[in-house]
Amino acid sequence: MALLLTAACRPVQEAGPRYERGAAIAETGVAGGEKSAAGGEQKVASGEQATRALFAVAPPPFTDGIFPCSQCHSPTDKVDRTPRPVEFHAEIVLHHDEKNRWCLDCHDARYRDKLHLADGRLIDFTESYRLCGQCHGPTLRNWKNGEHGKRTGSWSGVKQYLLCPSCHSPHSPHFKPLKPKAPPLRQEAIR
Amino acid sequence: MSDQTATPMPVPEAPAEGYTRREALVMSLFALAAAATVGACSAADKQAYDEFVQKHFRDLTPEELKDRLAQLEKRYSEQYGKPVTVSATPPIPGVLFGYALDLSRCIGCRRCVYGCVEENNQSRDPQTHWITVLEMDKETGVDLQRADAFYNHETVPAPGKFYMPVACQHCENPPCVKVCPVQATWKEPDGIVVIDYDWCIGCRCCISACPYGARHFNWGTPKIPANELNPNTEYLGNRPRQRGVVEKCSFCLQRTRKGLYPKCVEVCPVGARKFGNLLDPESEIRYIIENKRVLILKDELNTQPKFFYYYGL
Amino acid sequence: MNIFRKVGSFVTGTARLALLGGNKLYYAWLLLLVVFIVQAGFAYAHQYQHGLISTNMRDSVSWGFYIGNFTFLVGVAAAAVLLVVPAYVYDWKPIKEVALFGELLAVSAIVMCLLFVLVDMGRPDRFWHLIPGIGHMNLPRSIMAWDSIVLNIYLAVNLTVASYLVYCAYHGIHYSKKFVWPLVIFSIPMAISIHTVTAFLYNGMASRPYWNSAILAPRFIASAFCSGPALLLILFQILRKVSAFEIKDEAIHKVAELMAYAMGFNLFLFGAEVFKEYYSNTNHLVHYEYLFAGLHGKPSPIALYAWMSLAFAVISFFLFLIPKTRQNFITMNIGCVLIYASVYIEKGIALIIPGFTPDQLGQVYAYVPSAIELRVAAGVFGVGFLLFTLMVKVSVALLFERPQAEAHA
Repeated sequence: MALLLTAACRPVQEAGPRYERGAAIAETGVAGGEKSAAGGEQKVASGEQATRALFAVAPPPFTDGIFPCSQCHSPTDKVDRTPRPVEFHAEIVLHHDEKNRWCLDCHDARYRDKLHLADGRLIDFTESYRLCGQCHGPTLRNWKNGEHGKRTGSWSGVKQYLLCPSCHSPHSPHFKPLKPKAPPLRQEAIR
Repeated sequence: MSDQTATPMPVPEAPAEGYTRREALVMSLFALAAAATVGACSAADKQAYDEFVQKHFRDLTPEELKDRLAQLEKRYSEQYGKPVTVSATPPIPGVLFGYALDLSRCIGCRRCVYGCVEENNQSRDPQTHWITVLEMDKETGVDLQRADAFYNHETVPAPGKFYMPVACQHCENPPCVKVCPVQATWKEPDGIVVIDYDWCIGCRCCISACPYGARHFNWGTPKIPANELNPNTEYLGNRPRQRGVVEKCSFCLQRTRKGLYPKCVEVCPVGARKFGNLLDPESEIRYIIENKRVLILKDELNTQPKFFYYYGL
Repeated sequence: MNIFRKVGSFVTGTARLALLGGNKLYYAWLLLLVVFIVQAGFAYAHQYQHGLISTNMRDSVSWGFYIGNFTFLVGVAAAAVLLVVPAYVYDWKPIKEVALFGELLAVSAIVMCLLFVLVDMGRPDRFWHLIPGIGHMNLPRSIMAWDSIVLNIYLAVNLTVASYLVYCAYHGIHYSKKFVWPLVIFSIPMAISIHTVTAFLYNGMASRPYWNSAILAPRFIASAFCSGPALLLILFQILRKVSAFEIKDEAIHKVAELMAYAMGFNLFLFGAEVFKEYYSNTNHLVHYEYLFAGLHGKPSPIALYAWMSLAFAVISFFLFLIPKTRQNFITMNIGCVLIYASVYIEKGIALIIPGFTPDQLGQVYAYVPSAIELRVAAGVFGVGFLLFTLMVKVSVALLFERPQAEAHA
């Protein structure tokens, strides 16, 4: 039974292709990451409290106003853990192993400002790569070594990292095709 | 030729010493003309003369280099109507640049091509692209005879195709450097193969010798709209070129020698491009070479490129 | 002072000899050449102003008509002097004249080669970068650097010997054998070397599998030797008619016979290349496919010329090989024209263009020379032929018409 889920996380930019976001980040520089380009432990400049992250990451690409989730969700709310379509956050279409998972497999049911790992440990959105890495282990390893993902900043010194959701929507991660830029002129046409 | 003695051709009677009047007149006319020519030279002629006798980049003393850079800044700023800087950033010691490109990720969108055009001040008309993106079939793999550089689909990636961008491979054993008759192109200590645009004579031996189609010639006068010019330029890299000289990818040395990534690496929307210092064991480029299935183009030619293609997925 | 006067009178005197005393045909020929040169001046001015974009060369085919002609003319220059060898071996009476005319042809051909290089350069104003000691020559690795050196040495040697001989003839001085013959002997290995170095320019490029063949250098020498002497054979026949120049029919037949063997060897080497490409049937065959047929369903613009060149080569081979046709002056001269045309196409078009098509990334750009290229090339040929004509006229006047030498001094 296919469950069409609209997760109660953050509205994802379903309209635009994922690449454009990644390209936009590159062209304007990593938002916040540039400030933390000077070596040593990075302070992650994001809306919520600064956390000591393992990696200097760009802030999570939240939609305006959607975070903190505790604005609407209280830890004491009653939670129905049955996978089902939900009314709010209806614009989010889950297209990410939706046969076997739904919102609360990643988002914590009680502390909506956090995500949770498979064993129940809570993690911040700024460490979402730990969650993604539970299924995508080799990708996480490559990401840590700088092979996976767009590289910005400096090839020497401390690496700047983008969070997984900066390029891949966690709800519909598959990249959409892009319109290519113009082909080169045929050499006969160069006059 | 007959061996018999022959009568010499008659010559007019000449004075034993000194010159005839005719000879003296001719010689003084010559001297006068020479003096007049030199005196009539304007500042523009002087600049043209300076350009003409311009020394090879590697022969310039530090003072001469400073003067030269100032000259160029003045010229470019006037030409484009905005302040242009020209620097000659030296290579960072202990660095050997390497590049990696993930063939399983490139989608052929060509944003690298145009990002490079903007960053490196390539001519818009006649069009010059330093990067050529080749589309090939996944079924037949890397086969340059079947490659198409002119694909123009609605969206990419097209089904069943993969994409391979090609630019200068910055070989360790570069055939272009070997054949250049005037040493206008050479390999720098950080591995970048550079060109002195003011020394190149435009013979195009290097274009013949390059196995990767990486070098491009300015057949016409390069034109860049002033508002699209990148004013932070480098003598051996992205400064505006002239007609009649060869140019190519310079690993964005105006950026990389300052610790930044090349423009193509930053612009790539899918993260297919990687760059770093091959001598740094912690760099991602080393990680890729040590852990991924890496290939180089035309390896049988022993050019030893520092551009590694690999399959990340 | 005396030497300046002697040289001055030599210059003016030979100028008079070159320009005066010819017949109508001679002046018509000179006029034609001057027209070629003048129109080329305009064409080159256009090219100099706009850049090489006024040619049809582009990044994919970065060398074209100019360099093709250059390659062919290096062969002519080399072969012109090589005639000295059979002249010496077979003890021809006019061996000195043969050597002189060979050198004059070599000088004219080298001048044309240097002009073709100059018009092909993107920055001809920077030619001084190629002067050893002043420029920044990439020796020993760059073959182009070596080529520029050996070509200029060859030019210097031939020009020295030729000017010296003519100068001595003009002033009625005995020329010094001790000075001349070592230089002439030296010019023979120089002739081999200029064409070998030019061949190495191509076959050293691993990026161009069409050229990257060890037998390219022997092919160059073979095709040079069968084409260069063709011009001289025609010249000798003309000179025999219009001046006191004597050369036996047997000498001419012998040269034609040697050309036959050279062409035979050339055809053998060509056959060897064709076998290797078609039998091994690697990806590199694609260049021969472009040469003889076409690629991706489009016919090649040079295929017709390639087949013509092959046909001319085979026909002229037989014309020169069979004694009857060799000794008949009509068929022999037809053979000369055919062999010259065949090698011209082979070196000029069939060598350069398939090397670049498809290019290093498999893309095809079908190059044919543009109008500007043809016009400039015509002018360069005009300069070379004009130089050759004038020098031959002077030499003939001094060597074979001394008793009738005009005293216009």
